[in-house]
Amino acid sequence: MNDRTLVSKNLWRKPLRTTLLVVSIFIAFLLFGVLGSFNYFFQYAPDTRGANRMLVVNKINFTQPLPFAYVNRVRTVPGVTHVAFQNWFGGYYRDPKNLVQTFSVPPEDYRLVYGNTIKMPDAEWQAFFHDQTGLILSRSFAVANHVRIGDHIPLKSNIYTNSSNGQQAWDFTVRGIFDQAGPSSAYFNYEYFRQSATFGADSVGMIVLTTDSPKHNDAVAHRIDAMFANSAAETSTQDELAFFRAFLAQRGNISFIITLVVGAAFVAILLVVGNTMMMAVRERTKEIGVLKTLGFTSNRIMRMVLGESLLLSLIGALLGLGLAALGMWAVGQSPNLSGLQMPWIVAAVGFVLALLFGLITGIAPSLSAFNLKIVDALGRK
Amino acid sequence: MADLIKLTDVGKSYVKGKEKIKIFDHLSMHIPEGDFVAIMGPSGSGKTTLLNLLGGTDRPDTGAIEFDGKHIEKYNEGRLAAWRAANVGFIFQFYNLMPVLTAQQNVELPLLLSKLGASQRKKNVATALQIVGLADRAKHRPREMSGGQQQRVAIARAIVSDPKLLLCDEPTGDLDRTTADEVLSTLQTLNKDLGKTIVMVTHDPAAAKYAKKVLHLDKGQFNEQELAA
Repeated sequence: MNDRTLVSKNLWRKPLRTTLLVVSIFIAFLLFGVLGSFNYFFQYAPDTRGANRMLVVNKINFTQPLPFAYVNRVRTVPGVTHVAFQNWFGGYYRDPKNLVQTFSVPPEDYRLVYGNTIKMPDAEWQAFFHDQTGLILSRSFAVANHVRIGDHIPLKSNIYTNSSNGQQAWDFTVRGIFDQAGPSSAYFNYEYFRQSATFGADSVGMIVLTTDSPKHNDAVAHRIDAMFANSAAETSTQDELAFFRAFLAQRGNISFIITLVVGAAFVAILLVVGNTMMMAVRERTKEIGVLKTLGFTSNRIMRMVLGESLLLSLIGALLGLGLAALGMWAVGQSPNLSGLQMPWIVAAVGFVLALLFGLITGIAPSLSAFNLKIVDALGRK
Repeated sequence: MADLIKLTDVGKSYVKGKEKIKIFDHLSMHIPEGDFVAIMGPSGSGKTTLLNLLGGTDRPDTGAIEFDGKHIEKYNEGRLAAWRAANVGFIFQFYNLMPVLTAQQNVELPLLLSKLGASQRKKNVATALQIVGLADRAKHRPREMSGGQQQRVAIARAIVSDPKLLLCDEPTGDLDRTTADEVLSTLQTLNKDLGKTIVMVTHDPAAAKYAKKVLHLDKGQFNEQELAA
């Protein structure tokens, strides 16, 4: 037997109470683990962006299209090296819930702009270039849906109708499978879209380009936006990182609200656990008095009480974070959230929070035990 | 025999609300090593306070308390705790065992403050339980034992670290006559055979008869009565 035995025995002296406390802490850390992982996942995307890659979108909103003619005009801007564009297709495979982020793009130009992000063998790029109904897919989607190169698959758009069949189904031949972090995505030839879509072929959703140096990004943005100033479709040009950060900032408000809710839950559970720990120590006033009488110092007893709250917090937190990690891994197997997992930073922050939680909930009862006088504890005056 | 404990001009008072209650004023006494002293007196006479002072669980306002020639009233909290662990065994009226621990673990508690290894601690615990006749109840928890057995576990806990002084606060106050006699016989054996100095506070004249000496405490003063040699 040692002090750890005493800590453990005291913690589990009322199993139901301790279990309920562990469950409370478990829920708080499960929420933290899940939300923290999602938050990190969404924040992760900008890390893969190219520093010299820029996006030109409609100044009103990036969901508003730009005239197709802008593409060639952007090519003339000094400092611009490659230009492509992408149109949001809004695709899904078989089931509307089985979404895949699909864009129609000019294949060769798109490779010049995104070749370092969309990693695929050259043979597959070439096959994609030469097949107008070719489709390239992210590996997560291909694996989840058992799709292989050469397969003929239909994708349905929830926006565009295919003029050749009057339906929203579009037939494709899989020409490449690429590795890319983030949600499932697919790209197909803009020509196929232009020739088949009943509308939208004269505009582009977003122009993407590279500059000769990240140092010139600001100047290029200024030139492009100045070029289209006072036109029917003014532009907003940003480097990709800034664009995605702005995009995430909109999501950030929701994150902030969720953080507040989780924070409130944390504080509520903190108060409950702290109060219960205080009560548990008060119930043991006499025993603490006896320990002090036997010769246990106040410091040692304080450490044991603090150890109890730390152990309680760590058990709940590790269970919560563990299940969150398992859950994130399971969700990450889904094609739309491929790559989602609990990053080590969330686990580490969770661990530190658990320690803080244990310290905060344990500080009052441990100080109370520290200050307890033997004669008061044993009622021996 | 040399004095194990010596109190000189000890004063002690408590504040209760706005009132200051004086318990002792210039109390002096001495207890030789190997003595078995019973302290009797009416409620509020200061018996328990005296025991607290002797055991270093409370401090005098004035005066000196010597144990083996050392002034314990000058010790700080940490040193006093270490002194208690090494020199004093406590036996309470309501046993005060840890309900979550077995008899064996309860007895081992004071040894956690020593530098003994686990195997030596185990041996000492077994010896202490054997002395009080509870070797076969080592794995039982307090709630699985009778009051007398619990008190004997408490005695084993008090003697396991081989202290010179045993302080007993109404050790038979919660026991029936037969069990009380068993417990008191055990204390008497510890005094006679192992040379433990025992100071026992009791209301029970029958319990006091087991002591060598009875001190009557009243209004902060002693009246001594010698019993069996």
